[in-house]
Amino acid sequence: MYRIILKILKTGLLTEPLSVTSPESPAPFLPVAKSLSIRHVDAGSCNACELELHALSGSYYAPERQGIRFVSSPRHADLLLVTGPVTCHMEQALKDTHDAMAFPKAVLAVGDCACNGGVFRGSPAVRNGVDAIFPGTAKIPGCPPSPNILLSALRGLSRPVSGDLPASS
Amino acid sequence: MTEEKNMQDDLFFPPVRTTSATSGSEYLSEATSMKNLGGRFLALWSTDHPGRFVCAAFSDAEGLRILRAPVAETSRTFPSITHLFPLASRPERTVRDFTGWTPEGLADTRPWLDHGFWKNAPAGERDYPFVRVEGEGVHEIPVGPVHAGIIEPGHFRFQVVGEKVLRMEERLGYTHKGIRALLRNRPVEDVARLSGRVSGDSAVAYQWALAQAMERATRTFPPERALYLRAVLLERERIANHLGDLGALGNDAGFGFGLVQFGRLKEDLLRNNDRVFAHRYLMDMVVPGGLRENPGKEDISILLEDVRRLQRDVQLLKIIYDEHGGLQDRFSGTGVLDPMLAGDWGLGGVVGRASGQMLDLRHDHPAWPYNRERIPVALSRRGDVGARVQVRFQEIRHSLAFLHTVLTLLPEGPVRTPLRECGSLAEGTGRIEGFRGEVLVWVCLEKGNIVADAYFHDPSWHLWPALERVVPGNLVADFPLINKSFNPSYSGHDL
Repeated sequence: MYRIILKILKTGLLTEPLSVTSPESPAPFLPVAKSLSIRHVDAGSCNACELELHALSGSYYAPERQGIRFVSSPRHADLLLVTGPVTCHMEQALKDTHDAMAFPKAVLAVGDCACNGGVFRGSPAVRNGVDAIFPGTAKIPGCPPSPNILLSALRGLSRPVSGDLPASS
Repeated sequence: MTEEKNMQDDLFFPPVRTTSATSGSEYLSEATSMKNLGGRFLALWSTDHPGRFVCAAFSDAEGLRILRAPVAETSRTFPSITHLFPLASRPERTVRDFTGWTPEGLADTRPWLDHGFWKNAPAGERDYPFVRVEGEGVHEIPVGPVHAGIIEPGHFRFQVVGEKVLRMEERLGYTHKGIRALLRNRPVEDVARLSGRVSGDSAVAYQWALAQAMERATRTFPPERALYLRAVLLERERIANHLGDLGALGNDAGFGFGLVQFGRLKEDLLRNNDRVFAHRYLMDMVVPGGLRENPGKEDISILLEDVRRLQRDVQLLKIIYDEHGGLQDRFSGTGVLDPMLAGDWGLGGVVGRASGQMLDLRHDHPAWPYNRERIPVALSRRGDVGARVQVRFQEIRHSLAFLHTVLTLLPEGPVRTPLRECGSLAEGTGRIEGFRGEVLVWVCLEKGNIVADAYFHDPSWHLWPALERVVPGNLVADFPLINKSFNPSYSGHDL
């Protein structure tokens, strides 16, 4: 036990100060403020985008300090975050997940594949991105987009509130 | 029957023999003798190049063996080898899904990767007939394809009594992207890029295996420095994934400290990947003919510093894991893969090695530079989640020691030679020990280095059926832990 406590003390606080929101990230489009609950659906990605979403949830980025959290049930979610080119086999499950979400809700495409099909564009087994199912979806490109890009984009999605959390929290 | 073997290649590439059977019965008798001589089944796929063939890949003491069977012209059939090698069942069903060729003698007539959307089958026919368990108190739990966390999609059907799993059946194919259809008649560069996205966590393993296959087909010999650096990339990929798995395994057993600590070590490694190789997951670094970029002296010292830091930090975390009673209680005796079954099926990778199988390509059929700087095989016999944790710890330790040597002895020079043009139809195979197990790539090149056809085999083709055998008898709540300890890829399997 003492080793664990010692290690925790030695490690200290890993969370990094927030960077400025990237100008390339999508403009705020969610009618929610302060917190953002995300349901992720992998619609056929190669799993690198998932690795980056895992990395994002780690201590360096700590998205929860901004109220950004990943939820298990679509019923709890404001945002449907989609990775992968949307395979024919995942199309129905993706629609079902979206249907299960309560209003207001929005969809975000993460990674080149979800944006336009990426390297899988043109395959008869994919729908070449989320646009085919939910037209006009907001997009974060990258193969895969890094946690920093993801964090700054996600922070910018919800409506800005005066008296937002201080940047150094 | 023809056999081809090239001695000169053996010095450079891992050994491979190709046998073309002239008839189905010859294929079957060759497969039978393969079984009798202790060969392991690796993969099975169909191709139209250079003619309608079913190819089966095996591994034995001498190396890789490709056995080719012609598909009967009129009946469009080929003999099934599932009765010899149970792992051939799903690949044979997949061949039937894509080509309509019938594996003669295969008892399982259900589709596998085909979900009934391609042929516009009526919705009723899309229901997959899971095997059900009948009896008092037995109930069914369907899980997926959308899971509760940030995971890939797949469906699991549990037959449960109380808390205990009686049977678990998988339904995969949700991430099927039509990769094989996409890569035909494309230049090597496109296919190389695509290969890094078959399973994103194994980008180096796939891209190296593909490069090896293409280099063999065109008889191109990349510079020594490139091969050393490919090994550096492969081991960094292995370490990053093992660190991630160890953290997630701790977390699944209720030890959040593990997730934070290992997550931090992994993130540091990924950031240095980005710094030195300009990609966190090392995608597109390995190219046919060598490497995309040549790291300088400063870069190498960053990589060496990573080795030193990880050696210290991982050792301390291993002690913490080993001493943690609650953690070990969840790990030990959970999800036991019987070493007898692992031996029967010829399971390699972390999962096979944790069940006593002394199989590791880096050791058995080492590609350059693994034949120069030897790497020991990490082994355990217990076969439970704890054994798979221990094998991962051991492998990180071995990989770090290997990295230290290779980075110190790194030869100077260029890292890329242009891929030679192949005159006519040329085939090649590549075989690399990724972090999960063996990645196998077969490629057929046409004049002008256009890819006529290729196949990517993921070790998950072996892991998924093994997982089905391991879960029964365990608690439903232990499934995520067991699944994580296997960590099979959905994307690599579904292609």
